[in-house]
Amino acid sequence: MTDLTHPGPAPRRIHPLAQLTLVRYLEFVREPEAVFWVFIFPVLLAAGLGIAFRSRPAERMAVAVPTSTPGAEGLAAALRHDDRLTVRVLDDSTATRALRVGDVALLLAAADSGRIEYRYDDRRPESRTARLIVDDAIQRAAGRRNPIGVVDRQVSEPGSRYIDFVVPGLLGMNLMGSGIWGIGFSIVDARRKRLLKRLIATPMSRPQYLASFVLSRLTWLVLEVGLLLGFAVLVFGVPVRGSLLELAVICLLSALSFASIGLLLASRARTVEGVSGLMNLVMLPMWIFSGVFFSASRFPDAIQPLIRALPLTAVINALRASMLQGASLRAIALELAVITAWLVVSFPLALRIFRWK
Amino acid sequence: MSATVAPALSVRGLRKAYKDVVAVDGLDLEVRPGECFGLLGPNGAGKTTTVEICEGLTAADGGEVVVLGRRWGRDDRELRELLGISLQETQFSEKLTVLETVRLFRSFYARGPVPQAVISMVQLDEKANGRVGQLSGGQKQRLALACALVGAPELLFLDEPTTGLDPQSRRQLWELIEEFRAGGRSILLTTHYMEEAERLCDRVAVMDHGKVIALGTPRELIASLEAEHVLEFAVGDGAAIEADTLRRLDGVCSAVRRDGSWQLQVTELHRAMPALLAELRREGTQLTELRTHSPTLEDVFVSLTGRHLRDD
Repeated sequence: MTDLTHPGPAPRRIHPLAQLTLVRYLEFVREPEAVFWVFIFPVLLAAGLGIAFRSRPAERMAVAVPTSTPGAEGLAAALRHDDRLTVRVLDDSTATRALRVGDVALLLAAADSGRIEYRYDDRRPESRTARLIVDDAIQRAAGRRNPIGVVDRQVSEPGSRYIDFVVPGLLGMNLMGSGIWGIGFSIVDARRKRLLKRLIATPMSRPQYLASFVLSRLTWLVLEVGLLLGFAVLVFGVPVRGSLLELAVICLLSALSFASIGLLLASRARTVEGVSGLMNLVMLPMWIFSGVFFSASRFPDAIQPLIRALPLTAVINALRASMLQGASLRAIALELAVITAWLVVSFPLALRIFRWK
Repeated sequence: MSATVAPALSVRGLRKAYKDVVAVDGLDLEVRPGECFGLLGPNGAGKTTTVEICEGLTAADGGEVVVLGRRWGRDDRELRELLGISLQETQFSEKLTVLETVRLFRSFYARGPVPQAVISMVQLDEKANGRVGQLSGGQKQRLALACALVGAPELLFLDEPTTGLDPQSRRQLWELIEEFRAGGRSILLTTHYMEEAERLCDRVAVMDHGKVIALGTPRELIASLEAEHVLEFAVGDGAAIEADTLRRLDGVCSAVRRDGSWQLQVTELHRAMPALLAELRREGTQLTELRTHSPTLEDVFVSLTGRHLRDD
């Protein structure tokens, strides 16, 4: 039998924080599903969005001329000269229905005293565009001459495309998701298994236990961000105009902040179902309001201060400013302050209200 | 009070209630240095609550707990280094190996043996690099014991260390606990297996409804029955036997009826048995079962409470 009666300090004892962090790391790599959601899924999502929103020649606008319009065929023929338009001559009820369901953007009907009536929904952007194109085509066909000559030169510059807009959004969403999901589940699972209770029966430091979750997130950060960013840069030519070091600082701070929020969300829940609901409740508003897929400025001005206070909004704005505009850290100080505030509030609060038993 | 004779654990007037249930009701106990002390009682007797208060995991409502001369709330940091704890139903992370788990627990303690040595002690060498999720119930309990031993504790708390294990795994764990005790350290162990308490414990406190109802060495407790044998029998349906009739039989000290069978505590089996058979014959009753065994702690519990330790 091994002699346990005269134990000395073990040689090469690894610091408990390093051990705890190592354990987090091992638990994560041995969970293939988690690896998929954190690393593979965001890349697939970026690829899908990049393909769906790739730059294409401008679409032709569909417009219709009802048969009841006097000279319908002649009007249609005049419009067909314009290659920005697709023109259909339809009987009245079909034409009305086509406008209603959005098959055509605009109808041309006759009004009194030889005028033409444009029938369209002003709230639909494509209808407004169609209105401009159709009017231009009709007036030119009728002999209008432009007083000023113009030349069109078309540009497609990286940085202004949808994929450029959405990649920083996906990066931010991924930092949030992996921080919150990754930590919430493993803590609640350890609580449910009474492993937490067993751990606090040892001399383990409680802050170190919680810090190990936050720290282990950092080990994954390089891979997680690198994979998505590398894919976006190499495949879609998404620009990274700011310094890479500063981008790394933004990601690091964001990951720490989301990890602390994850800890806070997991600090009381006893069941995995309970913590899932809570995490969704917290993340859903950010998915909607923080401007992952479209600009947050579309929401009313009244709620803009609230939206800007959300951690994901700050993270995405900081990433976009750095990547697309080459903004320095000084220029995004406000966003960095918001992210830091979430970190310094969440971690101590999580530690304070944490349920260990 | 010098350190050598001070108790490893001393509990006075301990009270704890949960909402409407009194779990511990004025409990006193003392674990002497180097002793293996058993808390024996049925489920719900308050054993786990008592142990978790002593482990500093649950706050008491009242009473005094002194562990290794120290108190919770004042010497926590020091106490955590000195105690080894195995809780009921802890599930360790299934994705880690045995070695990784023990190494993690070892890292929390300032002193103690190397992880490999503890793994050898609990005979898990072959499983050292196997995942915790792949271990059998007995192996998991040995891992729990290993994690309790990594800090070379002065006092070891084991809460139902063998519950749910097969007899072979149970005996293996008993041997490990005996080896630890041979090193001169103290153990507080809870169990509802009488044979476990009889085999491992120097002294036993029998608990029921949050109180100690009997205290002593297993031998003393059994001797307190004043019975040399226990005679169990059952009779055919519809036969009515009076307890008083049985108690008046030659050599019978007590008679308890449970689940349709009778238990008699008997001083002299060679006189009680013929007397019983004669009585049954006189009443024209058929025996359907008949057994005798030496008295155990289980019989102590039955005679104190009229109930069995286990409901099954």
